[in-house]
Amino acid sequence: MSSDTGGPGGGVAVAEPAPDPAPHGFDQRHDTSLLLRVQHVLHAQPTLGPLAVLVIAVVAFSILNERFLSAANLGLVLQQVTVIAVLALGQTLVILTAGIDLSAGAIAVFSSILMAKLATDAGLPGPLALFLGFVLGTAMGLANGLLVTLLKLPPFIVTLGTLSIFFSLNSVISKSETIRGADMPDLLPWTGNTIRVGGFNLTYGSIIMLLLFAGFWYSLRWTAWGKHVYATGDDVEAARLAGIRTDRVLLSVYTCAGALYAVGAWILIGRLASASPNVGQEYNLDSITAVVLGGTSLFGGRGGVVGTLIGALIVGVFRNGLQLAGVQVVWQGFAIGLLVLAAVAIDQWIRKVKA
Amino acid sequence: MTTADRTDVAPAAGGSTTAAPQPVLEARGLVKRYGRVTAIENSDIALYPGEILAVIGDNGAGKSSLIKALSGALVPDEGRIYLEGREVHFRSPMDARHAGIETVYQTLAVAPGLDIADNLFLGREERRPGVLGSVFRMLDRGHMRTEAKRHMSELGIATLQNIGQAVESLSGGQRQGVAVARSAAFGSKVVILDEPTAALGVKEGNRVLQLIRDVRDRGLPVILISHNMPHVFEVADRIHIQRLGRRATVITPRSHSMAEAVAIMTGAAEPPEPHLGPVQQEEGR
Repeated sequence: MSSDTGGPGGGVAVAEPAPDPAPHGFDQRHDTSLLLRVQHVLHAQPTLGPLAVLVIAVVAFSILNERFLSAANLGLVLQQVTVIAVLALGQTLVILTAGIDLSAGAIAVFSSILMAKLATDAGLPGPLALFLGFVLGTAMGLANGLLVTLLKLPPFIVTLGTLSIFFSLNSVISKSETIRGADMPDLLPWTGNTIRVGGFNLTYGSIIMLLLFAGFWYSLRWTAWGKHVYATGDDVEAARLAGIRTDRVLLSVYTCAGALYAVGAWILIGRLASASPNVGQEYNLDSITAVVLGGTSLFGGRGGVVGTLIGALIVGVFRNGLQLAGVQVVWQGFAIGLLVLAAVAIDQWIRKVKA
Repeated sequence: MTTADRTDVAPAAGGSTTAAPQPVLEARGLVKRYGRVTAIENSDIALYPGEILAVIGDNGAGKSSLIKALSGALVPDEGRIYLEGREVHFRSPMDARHAGIETVYQTLAVAPGLDIADNLFLGREERRPGVLGSVFRMLDRGHMRTEAKRHMSELGIATLQNIGQAVESLSGGQRQGVAVARSAAFGSKVVILDEPTAALGVKEGNRVLQLIRDVRDRGLPVILISHNMPHVFEVADRIHIQRLGRRATVITPRSHSMAEAVAIMTGAAEPPEPHLGPVQQEEGR
């Protein structure tokens, strides 16, 4: 390993390693073509692509409209993406295991209604209502996990079913009525309060979101659980043969995702200053969009939460930037759609990388 | 877990002579039925210290069921398994692994997206000492990388430039190298390899064969399941021929030719007296 056989680019085609110091010199080829090298770099660093897109977008939009780069506007972008980012964090965990969670938004919206109802109609104190809301959201995630692991159903089907169930229960319990934040204990809309950090208006919700990303970045990268999540998504059979209890990993992932959606619900109440049963139809797909734009592969085992944060920011920056540039709202979805297609195409290309 | 420990696995408990060393791993009278189909019918197998025992047999001869019983992947209906003379009961692959039997499955069981070090320690990660490890569950990546490097270079897989390289960027032979290195690093008693050269080209296949010899020479006996007769005859010390769910016989590459082995395997020739007990290891390998 110490002997580097020629620097990158210095590849002399497929020359035999002359006096091979090792008995099994599995030799290494060096690709010299620029395209292949880009492919390799993207393969090794999947967040580089999304980061480049984000930087280019920021530069382009700030040229189109100078207001874009103002602290006030950037603070607004962050506020706009916070809920989606938290949902996308949970979604990332699920997608890393080669699953998908179509019920992310449904769990978040239903949890926000439950929190609000418990605090208003049931008259529970704020902390208790919030806590029970977390518990119920987590339980919904757990239910997804149990269906996936015990009944061995595909995650797509499971969450398609629970999506419908949660939205339906949501309508029943809320009676399709919005609950105003002013009627709730202060703790519930607290996440919408802001503090000023050097010109930025940062909401507590955004701070919670960033802390959650840091926590899950650590868990995925520095703990055995994280390695097991990746291994399970990579090749579930191989992971099982390596001694990983893959069902437990999956269950933990769906449960964590549920808990994250519940935190998203709390932040959602703060953002809207209310709990509304009619928002969030688009949150399910938006969370997937952020994950995909962040370079996490829908086929599992590749990507990470840093990419997802970037992906969520890309969505936010595009929506906001296009608006400031005077592009009609109806065309925003079009632009995001193109981005998603490009991201998936690039992911497929990267996956074809050869040794 | 060091090399020194492994080489003295061999002597049997009773301190008996070199004439008949105790098998490291032995199974007697194994039976496994699936409904009306009998996969293994009263099958025996014995693996002696310091040898490569190849297991060959036609499709449906019961090789894989036999091996699965030894590696804990299936529980036999009847029969006994002994590890170093003590009877063992494996309920899962993890049981066998804890007992010191490592298996490299045909499907390789590596996670392509993880790097070499992560794969070597997959399922038995090491945590940092102190609060970082116990409270924050932080992995000791530095130590695992150093260990991984050591294991890989001990087996002469040294040209891999970066232990942090994703396994999917490796060739088939290199991946097999990682899988074999993992089994050699953690197997303290026996290594079982299921078709390790099946998907490889000639050159890489030969390298993996050398790897298997190295594992044996470091003191770990190996059970090798393979369809590739030239490979079997090249590395095996003894060859266990499985036929119709039982052990037909055991031959050595010196006592029989490849054609004879195939004839016995398919039932075209009468199986000779089995070569039980280890092969005398006088000549240089």
